[in-house]
Amino acid sequence: MSAAARLARDVWARPESRAGLALVLMLLAAAVFTPHFADLEWRDGRLFGAMIDILRNGAPVVLLSVGMTLVIAAGGIDLSVGSLMALGGAVAALLITTAGWPAPAAALAGIAVAGVAGAVNGLMVSWVGLQPIVATLVMLVAARGAGQALAADQKVRFSGGVIEDLARGAWLGLPMPVYVAGAAALIAAGAVRWTLLGPALHAAGENPRAARLCGIRVRGVWMLTYITSGVLAGVAGLIAAGDIGEADTANCGLYLELDAILAVVIGGTSLTGGRAILAGSVLGALLMQTLTVMLQMNGVPSEQALVVKAVVVLAVAVARSPGAAEGWRRFRARRGVPRVEEAPS
Amino acid sequence: MRWMKLAAMMAVGGISAVAWAQPGKGGAADKLTVGFSQVGAESEWRTAETQSIRGEAEKRGAELKFADAQGKQVNQIKSVKSFITQRVNFIVIAPVVETGWEPVLREAKAAKIPVILVDRGIKLSEAGEKEDLYTTLIASDFVEEGRMAAEWLAKTTGGEARIVELQGTTGSAPAIDRQKGFAEGIAGHPGMKIIKTQSADFTRAKGKEVMQSFIKSEGKNITAVYAHNDDMALGAIQALEEAGIKPSIDVRVISIDAVKGAFESMVAGKLSATVECNPLLGPIVFDTIERLRAGQTVPRFIKQTDRLFDQKDAAEAIKTREY
Repeated sequence: MSAAARLARDVWARPESRAGLALVLMLLAAAVFTPHFADLEWRDGRLFGAMIDILRNGAPVVLLSVGMTLVIAAGGIDLSVGSLMALGGAVAALLITTAGWPAPAAALAGIAVAGVAGAVNGLMVSWVGLQPIVATLVMLVAARGAGQALAADQKVRFSGGVIEDLARGAWLGLPMPVYVAGAAALIAAGAVRWTLLGPALHAAGENPRAARLCGIRVRGVWMLTYITSGVLAGVAGLIAAGDIGEADTANCGLYLELDAILAVVIGGTSLTGGRAILAGSVLGALLMQTLTVMLQMNGVPSEQALVVKAVVVLAVAVARSPGAAEGWRRFRARRGVPRVEEAPS
Repeated sequence: MRWMKLAAMMAVGGISAVAWAQPGKGGAADKLTVGFSQVGAESEWRTAETQSIRGEAEKRGAELKFADAQGKQVNQIKSVKSFITQRVNFIVIAPVVETGWEPVLREAKAAKIPVILVDRGIKLSEAGEKEDLYTTLIASDFVEEGRMAAEWLAKTTGGEARIVELQGTTGSAPAIDRQKGFAEGIAGHPGMKIIKTQSADFTRAKGKEVMQSFIKSEGKNITAVYAHNDDMALGAIQALEEAGIKPSIDVRVISIDAVKGAFESMVAGKLSATVECNPLLGPIVFDTIERLRAGQTVPRFIKQTDRLFDQKDAAEAIKTREY
């Protein structure tokens, strides 16, 4: 086998590759079926086009899905991220408007509150022993409720220098949120790849008892994942609020926890834990945003768009399921294609 | 014999409660008591409506029992039942949804308490229609609002426009009617076409996001934006500006509601026009109540007259806006 073929096979064997292929196919489909989808131009010192919108508007879900990947890899799940976005945004906006805080301090406070809420999730799961789905479901309800109560059920208009720059600014032609989400994904991927966090995360997700017996502080690992998820949700909340100059606690981040979980699933991370495939989650989040933008550009009514999204997600999930893999193997065997021997690694 | 003691205590308690309630009931005969079941406080518009009805009650020396349903019909039904028990003179409801009102309205009717609906209508079954379950509905005509927006646009563009429409929440009464009215309004102008339409859930964030996609697919082809509420229009304006398109100059933007933010945007020369959907229903609600008390009959639908504001009116009007 030639070196190129071997490389191709190795790349294909990586779990991210399927999500990457799905994204490429989706982009091609969008470019073919949607007029002006592939257009890119330079306007007012920044790149302008549908694909930039995908990166920009996909950034909050990318942030959530990075946190979600870590939580899921460690054997948990975080349903509260959408509500934490709303809470973080509301806290920052209110500190600016009613307490007169400078924007950077308010932004940090918003992120900190979301992080604390994440820590509460972690405590509930690690020390109280609640099931992750229960603990974070409680937080889903509580955090949005708290945000709405703080804002007295109103939308909070604010003009927040650094928060708006974070959400609407651009650097080297690309929107700032792209760098923020990219940095979060790279840092998380680096930590999983090159520090002991990776093995600890996977061990805690695979078998918490065995991990504990090996001397891994499983509770500490869980805490860390929930706090990270909360902090990233807070950052996503600032981006969402800064983008429109308004903290809309009733709608901000609504149902985005589901988008984040879908992104993780599309990316190839198993919901049973034990493995974090961060690149896959990022690709999965972008895949869904591509679909959203494509459907909007084609004027597909929202209620039909939801069905189309569900079909695509189902197709990707089925394509990577064990059942589909088995079917594919049998199909090849019947066609007389010899099974490729696994190369010793 | 603890249960007997308990029963005795409850009986005494019950009697004393009745005795205690008696003078209050006597007093209600001359003082007007109105129960108001409000949807919630989710927007400036709704808060303005609440304040208007509260303020008017105070001005006229009526007692207002206010119940915030936090967006849930269950809570509204509960509060209406409690108004019936408290024997208020009138019940005012801002119904959160269109259906499911018949049983509780029948209870109110049996107790001979007139019910006034405000700002949104309800759907009744055929039997319910015959029973006169509510006295009157005081509201804006959403279809009319859409038609006014269309007519203004036709007038200012000379009947030539390629329009993108940002719809409200799919299936909600304002979204259905405002779409219908606008479509009727442009029907007589062959040069006016809706080239893209999409729901943006009445929110600013969605309005911006959907508009970004519309700009990418249609570009300079768009000459007007019609949004079912101000929030979506304000989001769309941001998307236009970020794409280097001048709102109200390159692309006309018209919406409905006339909240404060819309006036600020018009003064800044961004939003082109907005059709008012007036939430200040207090005076007309209490006028209607006075007429009913005087034994007059009132029409089943009291239509609020809405007006359209454009940039010319905005600077003057913003000073007197209460919401």
